[in-house]
Amino acid sequence: MIILENVTKYYHQTASVQGLSLHVKQGEFFGLLGPNGAGKTTTIRMLTALTMPAGGKIQVCGYPVSRNNTRFKNDIGVVPQHLNLEPELTVVENLRLHAMLYDMTRQETKRRVGELLDFTGLEEKADALVNTLSGGMKRKVLIARALMHNPKVLFLDEPTVGLDVFSRRKVWDLIRSLNVRGITIMLTTHYLEEAENLCSRIGLLKKGKLIMDGTPGELKQLAGHVVVEQFKDERTELRLFPSQQEALKFAEQLQDSCSIRQATLEDVFVKLTGERENA
Amino acid sequence: MAGLRAVLWRELLFFRRRWWTITASSMVAPLLYMVAFGWGLGKTVSLGGVAYLDFIVPGVVALSTMNVSFNAVATPLSIARLYDHTFEEYMVAPITVYSFTAAKILAGAARGLYAAAIIICLALLFGARFNVDLRFLLLLSLNCLVFSSLGFLAALKVRSHPDMTRFNNFLITPMIFVCGTFFSVERVPFPMDWVIKLLPLTPASQGLRAAALGWDLPWTAPLLQLAYLAVFVSWGLKTCLEVE
Ligand SMILES: Nc1ncnc2c1ncn2[C@@H]1O[C@H](COP(=O)(O)OP(=O)(O)OP(=O)(O)O)[C@@H](O)[C@H]1O
Ligand SMILES: [Mg+2]
Repeated sequence: MIILENVTKYYHQTASVQGLSLHVKQGEFFGLLGPNGAGKTTTIRMLTALTMPAGGKIQVCGYPVSRNNTRFKNDIGVVPQHLNLEPELTVVENLRLHAMLYDMTRQETKRRVGELLDFTGLEEKADALVNTLSGGMKRKVLIARALMHNPKVLFLDEPTVGLDVFSRRKVWDLIRSLNVRGITIMLTTHYLEEAENLCSRIGLLKKGKLIMDGTPGELKQLAGHVVVEQFKDERTELRLFPSQQEALKFAEQLQDSCSIRQATLEDVFVKLTGERENA
Repeated sequence: MAGLRAVLWRELLFFRRRWWTITASSMVAPLLYMVAFGWGLGKTVSLGGVAYLDFIVPGVVALSTMNVSFNAVATPLSIARLYDHTFEEYMVAPITVYSFTAAKILAGAARGLYAAAIIICLALLFGARFNVDLRFLLLLSLNCLVFSSLGFLAALKVRSHPDMTRFNNFLITPMIFVCGTFFSVERVPFPMDWVIKLLPLTPASQGLRAAALGWDLPWTAPLLQLAYLAVFVSWGLKTCLEVE
């Protein structure tokens, strides 16, 4: 469904994405993780024809990605990292404009607007101008809008930033149910528990390169299942071990205080993406 | 086609919502020109054998439609691209760049024509005499299209809002005064007269004046406008295909 082959993108001579190759199959829930500036947004922007790569091949839904190719665009939905709603239109007008851009029928539009307002709990704000909504409400409208036309592939760039815990869980449930129905999803997030909960596969980006790719379980396998956190010189040092015994053995010979626990995806993430800086 | 309809619907929504501000602000500048030059000099001075007020009305129509058509596209579109990011919603949608471009340019030109209608009414109230015939309407429409397509191009080229202000200061505002709007280009010494004659507003101000006062229409006027239109539209399309 999503194919990137040796894709490169430069901004002012520095590479934001370097030789990125990635295949996401139909029905997969792929999480793109990485620290700030790793190139996640740039990757999603290239996949949605918002920015052009300097080199490489990009295909979505079997079509080459280009700005004037309307065929693949019908099948994708995008929740961008920054809000891009029409601030001076109401919530419903924003959704209707989207429906018109996707050539939806009047009835279909009405039905979807109703469903999505219900889902986001924004019925009361249906006729409020978008610039009078709170940040979280705007983000909900953004998600609702991306779903209006029932896309086959969803790109979600940090979709749950600024949402309260209830809304976040609701959004999780929704996108998980979409994925169960066969929709391919590519998600970026800084919430590791979100990625661990949702994604069937995770790619770790660092400085524009894919440094690791696998299921959450595989990533932990590679980095170690047990963590020893050592508090040393006012810093926390992480060490990952494949088994409890090895972790204990290491902990015994430490002078500083430490703790041992099961590794989370966050530990793996910190370990893998932070390696060079800490070395 | 869906793209054209959607973008025009959105423009119409904005127009309805801001109808009063749009109408009032398209009246201010033309009113000032007519008060200052029309009342101030109108009855006493004559140029080319006509009262000065009658002489400048076509010029005021030309410059106002330029200003309105240009800014009706350039300002909101540059904001949509640089600040609200709503431009991305259109680029992600399954509409062609052609229908997006066409819709924006047509909507901008329509705003120019709306301003022209207001100015013509004002000019009649001031007692100006002029004919509005088919040639007048043709040149007027072309002028609106030329400058809304220039506005489209500018909005996609600028990197910041101050850039757009500079574009206005160095290109649009000077044209208001030099393109034969308030005086006859024939009086300008060589080679400046040729520079002025090649600027995109001059065919409108000269052509509209010829049509309004029943003079011979310079056939080069619509040709020059068509040439500018072709350049701005194709350059705008090219830019729209790659801009971020
Ligand atoms: N429009 C731009 N102009 C110049 N440089 C850019 C632009 N967009 C991104 N970059 C650069 O490309 C790199 C990758 O940025 P990108 O936005 O893809 O990161 P990200 O992984 O999405 O980060 P974040 O988690 O902060 O959203 C950064 O170094 C950034 O400075
Ligand atoms: Mg980002």
